Amino acid sequence: MAGNILEARGLRKSFGDLVAVDGVDFHIAEGETYGLLGPNGAGKTTAISMVTGLLEKDSGEVVVAGRSITTSSTDAKAAIGYVPQDIAIYPDLSARENLDFFGRLYGMNGKERSARVGEVLEIIGLADRADDRSEQFSGGMKRRLNIGIGLLHSPRLLMLDEPTVGVDPQSRNAILESVERLSQEGMAVLYTTHYMEEAERLCDRVGIIDHGKILAEGTRAELVALVGQRDRVRMSTNDRTEAAAEALRSHAAVDEVTASDGGLEVLVRGAAAALPRLLELAAGAGVGVTSVEVVEPNLEAVFLHLTGKALRD
Amino acid sequence: MRAAVLIAIKDLRQRIRDKSFFLWGIVAPVGLAAIFSLLLGSVADGDSIRVSFGAVDLDGGEVAAVFTGDVLGSLAEAEIVESVVVFGSLADAERAVGAGDVDAVFVLPAGFSAAVGGGGEAPIEVIGYVDSTIGTQVARAVASSFAGEINGLGVAVGTVFAVEGSQPDQAAIDALISEVMQIPAPISVGAIGAADKELDSSTFYSAAMAVMFLFLIVQFGVLGLLEERENGTLNRLLAAPMRRSSVIMGKAITSFVIGVLSMTSVIVITTVALGADWGDPFGVAALVLAGIIAALGLMMLVAAFAKTAEQAGNLQSIAAFLLAMLGGAFFPVAQAGGLIEAMSKITPHAWFLRGLGDLAGGTGLTGILGSVWPILLFAAVTMGLASLRLRRMVAP
Repeated sequence: MAGNILEARGLRKSFGDLVAVDGVDFHIAEGETYGLLGPNGAGKTTAISMVTGLLEKDSGEVVVAGRSITTSSTDAKAAIGYVPQDIAIYPDLSARENLDFFGRLYGMNGKERSARVGEVLEIIGLADRADDRSEQFSGGMKRRLNIGIGLLHSPRLLMLDEPTVGVDPQSRNAILESVERLSQEGMAVLYTTHYMEEAERLCDRVGIIDHGKILAEGTRAELVALVGQRDRVRMSTNDRTEAAAEALRSHAAVDEVTASDGGLEVLVRGAAAALPRLLELAAGAGVGVTSVEVVEPNLEAVFLHLTGKALRD
Repeated sequence: MRAAVLIAIKDLRQRIRDKSFFLWGIVAPVGLAAIFSLLLGSVADGDSIRVSFGAVDLDGGEVAAVFTGDVLGSLAEAEIVESVVVFGSLADAERAVGAGDVDAVFVLPAGFSAAVGGGGEAPIEVIGYVDSTIGTQVARAVASSFAGEINGLGVAVGTVFAVEGSQPDQAAIDALISEVMQIPAPISVGAIGAADKELDSSTFYSAAMAVMFLFLIVQFGVLGLLEERENGTLNRLLAAPMRRSSVIMGKAITSFVIGVLSMTSVIVITTVALGADWGDPFGVAALVLAGIIAALGLMMLVAAFAKTAEQAGNLQSIAAFLLAMLGGAFFPVAQAGGLIEAMSKITPHAWFLRGLGDLAGGTGLTGILGSVWPILLFAAVTMGLASLRLRRMVAP
């Protein structure tokens, strides 16, 4: 497919009896930000490890920048900037030395490398600490250096594997802003996360992955359409949730009611209009409603719709 | 190859920065070699041992006088012992040896000379200072040797009179003793060829400590592979545009350079500071390079089978000390004979030290090939076994 920086077809990987990735297909266009959204253990890291050429595939094919990638590829790997999930830096080297070492590994020559190291230090906000050993950095600073190494050689495709896990809110926002800026500058990005809001904020398209399979893929709007533009109403109740659920199902706008401990989750078309009547029905069933929350359709709802479980489970 | 060199330069920078190279590669081997040379050097080299003896003559006879005057006096004159003090009473002698003023005291009891002349029992008592084990043992050896001489004379004289069937008188006994003393000893111990190939103590301990620590220090290169995995940086390296073998090659180069730097430093420092004589430089270079390759092979084997850097470090330390002990780096294992001697021959350490001994005996480069090839065989076997798990070593 012309214009794609990455094409992954039929990726499959097993570890013993566990099928970690089971026939995954996706592609990323030049300049596009693509998200792999799924809970922990869904197969995101295994998939990205095969795409970067870290892990042997059992079957399938990955083409990056027009070249098939395997563990022994060199040309295709040069087009990729990889940011692993865990911080992967040399603590006894300074930020500049870390960047310089990886710049050399990616074949950058002296002047180009020196200039680019300076640029990246500015981008990740570590210019004033460039010559300090990275073991002295805070967790957030290490995370930024971790990303900076991936950016250094100006890759055509940047792959970030859950880069905000365990990061404080301030650093997290800085990382997201960096990714947005790179995306605006035309860099293609593959971003894996289990945070729905990150996928919604950053990604042009999202693949929802669970148990090693991509369940759905598309833009946010396309995915939300899968749940039929229905709002989700969460009601906290003090008692008799089953009776309330039965009463709410009688409303014409209600598609689905799920009872859980201490509350109800209602999928309804046009929550704003239907809400007064829903409260009346609950009261009529003798149920006291203590709080109500209306959630417009989002990727969380899509995931719930597709898997029957919440993304955070 | 370029990527491997870049990885090696990065690793060397890290090792120099954390000072582990200086500590394990230079300070430890040179320090231990110096300590061993100072402690054990004089004994091992057969130089004068720094012991002093005392004697108390409670007998006052002729034979006792020969022992305190001629025997002990000659030891002092020949500088075999530092000094000999003759005490006037047993109490003075016991006080001196109790305070450690002398290492051992010979007590010649009353009636000693008469007992010797009459064929009776004539014991020489040795009292040793509690902290001078070697001095006391030397004193006992001197007393035993003197007793042996006396007993030999007694047997010779007695045999003559028994053969002649005559009654001995004192004049005849004295004449016979004088004649027997003129007869040269039928057996004597002289210098033998093998002694020429022995290393002096400074060189031996310098070489032994250098090769032992070589097997510890090369781990800083190869075992870095496991540290890269634990740090997560191995994935970064594997995602970079280079061959996976470059990572292993880079670590091997690091180990090799560390080994060369360590051995070169130890050789230069011990030559200048301890007076070690390592022999023909080309021969030494051949042994050192073979030793480094052998250490590298063992390292790769450990790295291939260990699960963590910590586990590998522990395994490597155990292997390094075990091989050093078996190889005779601490004591002459070859003299143990049997299984231990046979096992020592599989260690690179034994062949390394043997090769240096050959160099000390004047052998050149070609003459030590017999010691080089067993070391390289060890390297080939360990590297061969490690290569069976090469893929695992660079798995993410």
